[in-house]
Amino acid sequence: MTHLDELESQSIYLMREAFHGFEKPAMLWSMGKDSNVLLWLAKKAFCGHMPFPVVHIDTTYEFPEMLEFRSWAQKHYGFDLTVWINKEARARGIGYETTDPVTVTHELKTVALQQCLAANGYDALITGIRRDEDSTRAKERYFSPRNADFEWDYKDQPPEFWNHFTTESGPGEHVRVQPLLDWTEIDIWRYLDREKVPLPGMYFSRNGERYRSLGCMPISKPVKSDAKTIDDIIEELKVTKVSERAGRAQDHHERNAMQKLRAKGFM
Amino acid sequence: MSLLSETTLPPAPRAVPDPAPAAKPAVPDHLQLVVVGHVDHGKSTLIGRLLFDTHSVPDGKAERIEAACKAEGMEFEYAFLLDALLEEQAQNITMDTTRVPFRTERRSFTIIDAPGHKEFLKNMITGAASADAAILLVDAHEGLREQSRRHCFLLSLLGLTQIVVAVNKMDLVGYKPEVFEAIRTELGGFLAKLGVEPAHFVPISAKHGEGLLRHSEKMPWYRGPTLVEALERFRGNPPASGGPLRLSVQDVYRFDARRIIAGLIESGSVSVGDEIEFVPGGKRSRVKAIETWPQTTPPPRGPVGSGSEVALTLEDELFVERGQIGAPTSDKPHSARTFTARVFWIHDTPLRSGELIPLKLGTQQAEARVLGIQRTLDAVTLETGTGTNGEVKVHEVAEIRLRVRKPIAFEVGGKVPALGRFVLMRGRRIGGGGVIDSVVEEPPESRGVSPVSRSAILGHRGCIIWMTGLSGSGKSTLAQALEQRLLNSGILSTVLDGDVLRTGLSRNLGFTPDDRSENLRRATELAIHLADAGVVVVAALISPFRADRAMAAERAKERGVPFAEIFVNAPLAECERRDPKQLYKRARAGQIPQFTGIDSPYEAPLAPDLELRTDRLSVGDSIEKLAEMALALARPSEQDGSGAHI
Repeated sequence: MTHLDELESQSIYLMREAFHGFEKPAMLWSMGKDSNVLLWLAKKAFCGHMPFPVVHIDTTYEFPEMLEFRSWAQKHYGFDLTVWINKEARARGIGYETTDPVTVTHELKTVALQQCLAANGYDALITGIRRDEDSTRAKERYFSPRNADFEWDYKDQPPEFWNHFTTESGPGEHVRVQPLLDWTEIDIWRYLDREKVPLPGMYFSRNGERYRSLGCMPISKPVKSDAKTIDDIIEELKVTKVSERAGRAQDHHERNAMQKLRAKGFM
Repeated sequence: MSLLSETTLPPAPRAVPDPAPAAKPAVPDHLQLVVVGHVDHGKSTLIGRLLFDTHSVPDGKAERIEAACKAEGMEFEYAFLLDALLEEQAQNITMDTTRVPFRTERRSFTIIDAPGHKEFLKNMITGAASADAAILLVDAHEGLREQSRRHCFLLSLLGLTQIVVAVNKMDLVGYKPEVFEAIRTELGGFLAKLGVEPAHFVPISAKHGEGLLRHSEKMPWYRGPTLVEALERFRGNPPASGGPLRLSVQDVYRFDARRIIAGLIESGSVSVGDEIEFVPGGKRSRVKAIETWPQTTPPPRGPVGSGSEVALTLEDELFVERGQIGAPTSDKPHSARTFTARVFWIHDTPLRSGELIPLKLGTQQAEARVLGIQRTLDAVTLETGTGTNGEVKVHEVAEIRLRVRKPIAFEVGGKVPALGRFVLMRGRRIGGGGVIDSVVEEPPESRGVSPVSRSAILGHRGCIIWMTGLSGSGKSTLAQALEQRLLNSGILSTVLDGDVLRTGLSRNLGFTPDDRSENLRRATELAIHLADAGVVVVAALISPFRADRAMAAERAKERGVPFAEIFVNAPLAECERRDPKQLYKRARAGQIPQFTGIDSPYEAPLAPDLELRTDRLSVGDSIEKLAEMALALARPSEQDGSGAHI
């Protein structure tokens, strides 16, 4: 088995455990590269079916190109798509034009997700986060319980070993299932390449720039790059020392922004 | 501008892949690495330094932390590269398992930083259980500490065999070879007792980067590999298991007309046409197809090997369910209900003898009864405790016996490690983990139960502890304490008290020598019957005559029941002084005729198996001696030294 085979098998194992263990799981999808790998793996795990809804938390600041990819992919893969917008916050005027990015991210992503969860009663959310993205994510479990307030008790996480996980949640609580936890950014690209997974075009160089990580339009910045193919990107990643989320403004707005966001329920 | 449209596929503007792509270099073998050791022996520094020296730190991170240190007036430490969370820096301990990727020229690694703080053992286990290899870090200056030993013990229990010992902080001992050699000898000896042989002992100084990537000029006497070289030599991906097929069924999908069996191949491989039996249960069929998405032409026929997730359809419509294990009929896993195991406990609420607790093994789940806790093991001294008080507390390791409500399929002796391990659930959390050591065979239900199989199930055998002595010598007190002690150790026990017998079974008897003999005959038969049923009978009987006691011992021997004579010895004057039931007083007053010691003789044993001078020993010491003897009798297998190596 190659390393990618191992990662793929592990992710499929985790997804099948989640599907078996929970009453009403859902999968989060941002149209980004990681969550497209997640979709792909789910199709593999369930032999072409997608036995749970796919949820997109739409901040209303999405790149138009990503929205086009959203409707294309939904038809292409054939899944039940739930799009959720925190309309209440937008009505209050919360937005990048008026508010700091940490607050906006909290309102339009985390609170939106809370609303979506409450409205639909999901007891597990399958997400595409990876440990190598951020030091706080490095501490995550494959099955990570969140309380009713979405809080992550990272000081007292349940032990997890020998393929045994937390597959129960209490009323109002949910479990984040994170099948890509062990993947690195390079693994993702190698897998996308190997499997020919469809991707939005913004990850590839245009006019000397490409997006390495995609979030809301106002706060996602491209990096200088001539990488037009996945091979180019992999070569680039082998030498780069710039962190993946460097282009994401909300992470750097203040010290420990990620920790604050995550403790409050951000992915 | 959009590059997307409904008709262009795939939508990404990627270079069109070469129709016959040139072979790409294989992804280098990856190694999951755990770093364990005592809290202050420099783990985070080592990891920080490895990241830094292999240029695995994102640009700006070291600088940012350096700036933060400066702002707070602290000296920069490599450990801070890792301890990204504020509170960790404040406490100077690592909170939880951290995974950090780094790569050398030869291979890629993921470091799992297992915390050294005792309270965080569960995180260390969580980390170490998924590792391929371990660095055991020991401080050259401080040497082995309790925690180093505890971690060694857990590594061996978790089945981790690829270990390199890094003797750190060599700078603090002047890079002297003697210090290194002394630690190598001591630790090597300790690890040998655990059956662990480290691949290398490497002297290093993480803080100064000595011995990590390059040979240290400060330690020319060391000729072995550097730490990184040692790590590069470890086996990464486990070799494909050539053993028999073991398919853990996760689920059965019926999304469409297909009935798909989905699961993990724990060992062996599977191909189209193979016959598979599902254990427990025993239904068999052949593999019709290996289901994949996207579908390929021609469809795959296998073999699909160990470590892979697989989805199968069978030729026959079998009722297969989650938890079953697919295997060839010629080489199946055990299917049984009772087994012995070594467990480690990581929950604050202890594991108790007798409790019913959910057990998970592979994808199987079943309620398990803790039949007995044989002994707890001290992970530091490797000594076994005698009394367990019937529980395994947090951070303790013990040998226990479990019985699940329905048969489960499993392996022993490391044949397929993943199927020889289980966890016990405390509520929603894992309370502890265990490794199965042996199957306890149970007799077919239709046949009579043999004492051997009964004792195999109970975890102990029945026997008679016959306590003789004057009234007031302490028999009843000790018997009751012993009963409690045995019950706590998971041993079924009962007290046969002379006073109680006299009010029931022997209430028609008096105190003449003949009646006394008859009373003891009845007591003996009852005791043998109970012992036959697996009970440890603690007989507390004055039994003043040697002949009667000899008769009891003889009769027990005939019936194959182990028998021990205990002389509970206190001088008559002392017994009379104690006189708990005021019997001596009444006897002296002539109210009780033929009272032993007053007007009826007591024949002291000539060669008792144990004599307890209760006038000299404390009650506690007496019980200790008694319990030791009783445990030896009830569990003889534990006295022959087998398993002492654990």
